[in-house]
Amino acid sequence: MADEALFLLLHNEMVSGVYKSAEQGEVENGRCITKLENMGFRVGQGLIERFTKDTARFKDELDIMKFICKDFWTTVFKKQIDNLRTNHQGIYVLQDNKFRLLTQMSAGKQYLEHASKYLAFTCGLIRGGLSNLGIKSIVTAEVSSMPACKFQGTMQKGVTDTPNKMFQWILCHRNGRLRRLTKPNIILKT
Amino acid sequence: MLVTLERGCHQGDELGLGLPSFPIDWSSELFTLTYGALVTQLCKDYENDEDVNKQLDKMGFNIGVRLIEDFLARSNVGRCHDFRETADVIAKVAFKMYLGITPSITNWSPAGDEFSLILENNPLVDFVELPDNHSSLIYSNLLCGVLRGALEMVQMAVEAKFVQDTLKGDGVTEIRMRFIRRIEDNLPAGEE
Repeated sequence: MADEALFLLLHNEMVSGVYKSAEQGEVENGRCITKLENMGFRVGQGLIERFTKDTARFKDELDIMKFICKDFWTTVFKKQIDNLRTNHQGIYVLQDNKFRLLTQMSAGKQYLEHASKYLAFTCGLIRGGLSNLGIKSIVTAEVSSMPACKFQGTMQKGVTDTPNKMFQWILCHRNGRLRRLTKPNIILKT
Repeated sequence: MLVTLERGCHQGDELGLGLPSFPIDWSSELFTLTYGALVTQLCKDYENDEDVNKQLDKMGFNIGVRLIEDFLARSNVGRCHDFRETADVIAKVAFKMYLGITPSITNWSPAGDEFSLILENNPLVDFVELPDNHSSLIYSNLLCGVLRGALEMVQMAVEAKFVQDTLKGDGVTEIRMRFIRRIEDNLPAGEE
């Protein structure tokens, strides 16, 4: 099993690698943050697929967010999210008072301006996880005092829960395996 | 897409009989997937495989110089008296601690300054397939950098390289380690 230290070191090296090899203007225009976020997205998608293979179907969006806060966060960061708040209209705020990727860095306000670099990957991770659960979202993070931070997820309407997608979802769970179904028409025929 | 992350069958399910999966080790999955995302991004950023290999080696080196501290703090291993002891510690303690595998040590050179680490399975390449246009990519090159960086911090200059790779069709993955010299002077700065 891969030790946690390896992931932490790899993550930090990825952040510094992206910034070191950044070209002119990439740091300012946020390209580096985007790269890290995209990497997190891919990882989040892959992780959540493996993770939810045998879990029961989620009742609703809130159920999914609770899953992310408890099971998913514990799996990835060895602890649960400390506080989940929502306005019940698609905005969720996940608060982690001792975020694993920041604890080794600083306790307090020093280096605050660098904190966002170390949160981009995790924002992508959440966005990727939600995406493979059928939710399109925008995830941002904010730090006021390390190592506590907040992730804000804004759910987007429209892409999820179309009848096609719901049908795919039901079929996946009946077969007991989560497979990516790319041709909804064929599924509907059977 | 460069690296195909296939959703392979989990161990128990190879025959498709619906056997229960073995418990999945999540820290492994997280590390493997993150590493895959990194290599994919590097392949986009750099035009040729050689540059990606070099970058992976550099990053591995930087990780290695920090990992050794964690290793020494947690493993309680004393000073190694020769390269053979070093090899044992790398294979039986370090690899086990960080990747959960124990490579075997073979092919010692007559002078005792070179050996091979044979990895039956390499956790970094779970779900990975190399496409044809990246045949000179050394996917797991980070490992060589890590070994080099970690050993440099304990006064050993070594060379580590892959000589066999399951991703390229070989039966096992083999890393050849060569002792270059003892580092007597001040510790060198990490590579930039």
